[in-house]
Amino acid sequence: MADIAIIGDKDSVLLGRAAGLEVYFETDGSAAGRIIDRLAAANTKVIFITEPVFEAASETVKKYKSKPFPAIIPIPDSTGTTGAAMRNVSANVEKAIGADLQF
Amino acid sequence: MAISYKPTRMEMSRLKKRLTTASRGHKLMKDKRDETVRRFITYVRRNRELRVRVEELMSAAMSSFVLAKAAMSTPAVEEALCFPAASAKIEVGSAKVLSVEVPKLTYIPSGTHGLSYGVMGTSSELDTAVSKFSELMPLLIELAEVEKTCNLLADEIEKTRRRVNALEYVMIPQLQDAIHDISMKLDENERGNLTRLMKTKDMLKAKEG
Repeated sequence: MADIAIIGDKDSVLLGRAAGLEVYFETDGSAAGRIIDRLAAANTKVIFITEPVFEAASETVKKYKSKPFPAIIPIPDSTGTTGAAMRNVSANVEKAIGADLQF
Repeated sequence: MAISYKPTRMEMSRLKKRLTTASRGHKLMKDKRDETVRRFITYVRRNRELRVRVEELMSAAMSSFVLAKAAMSTPAVEEALCFPAASAKIEVGSAKVLSVEVPKLTYIPSGTHGLSYGVMGTSSELDTAVSKFSELMPLLIELAEVEKTCNLLADEIEKTRRRVNALEYVMIPQLQDAIHDISMKLDENERGNLTRLMKTKDMLKAKEG
């Protein structure tokens, strides 16, 4: 099993294969969640996931949030970024400091 | 809920010990919270920077991929990419940031930076897209590490803050109240005893005299 996996729609993640990532074509939230569970059980370290799927599978993502592995990281898809990943960063700041500060 | 206690000296000294421990814990927790927040801020700053860069480069890589797909037929692109390159590896370690275990990831490139497909029948845009994406990998891995660290630190800060507040606004005031109550009750008993003694002495004196 590869250390790094990538989940998303075909257009966005196919490139990952050339870089040696394990590629999964999935746009449905719950199916992506099952893939994440399986990858986590197989000791995958980093899972990249396109923003729309990231949001759809937020239930599963939340489950792994407080564990050191796997790191589930949202990436923009072929249509560009939706801002979900940045919101995620801001949410962290808000949680830790109590207000979203701009650094 | 108030602390239940019996008004005895024994109980009071026990509560006093608990108060000292609670105050020391409170101070330590507060220091921990401040330091975690400081480190968290440096990580978040780096996270934002990396995110912006990755999003920019990723969009560039993906738009060249779209160009490649326009130049070639979809089955041809899929065929070219159906055989995966040597799988990318990362070296995994863990570091501790104030007793929070955070991952340390080092990207090990798959060795050959070459392409996993033949140049016949594939467009040069595909090569560009693939090389752009491969160049992006170390950044992506760093982003993964930093973002995960931020997540874990944010969790820890929240937990520590709750503990600090619980100690500061619940535990310590309750203990102080309990100690105050006990000392009042003990004093009251003492006064009661004293008056009783004086009264008895007076009565004895009156009997003798």
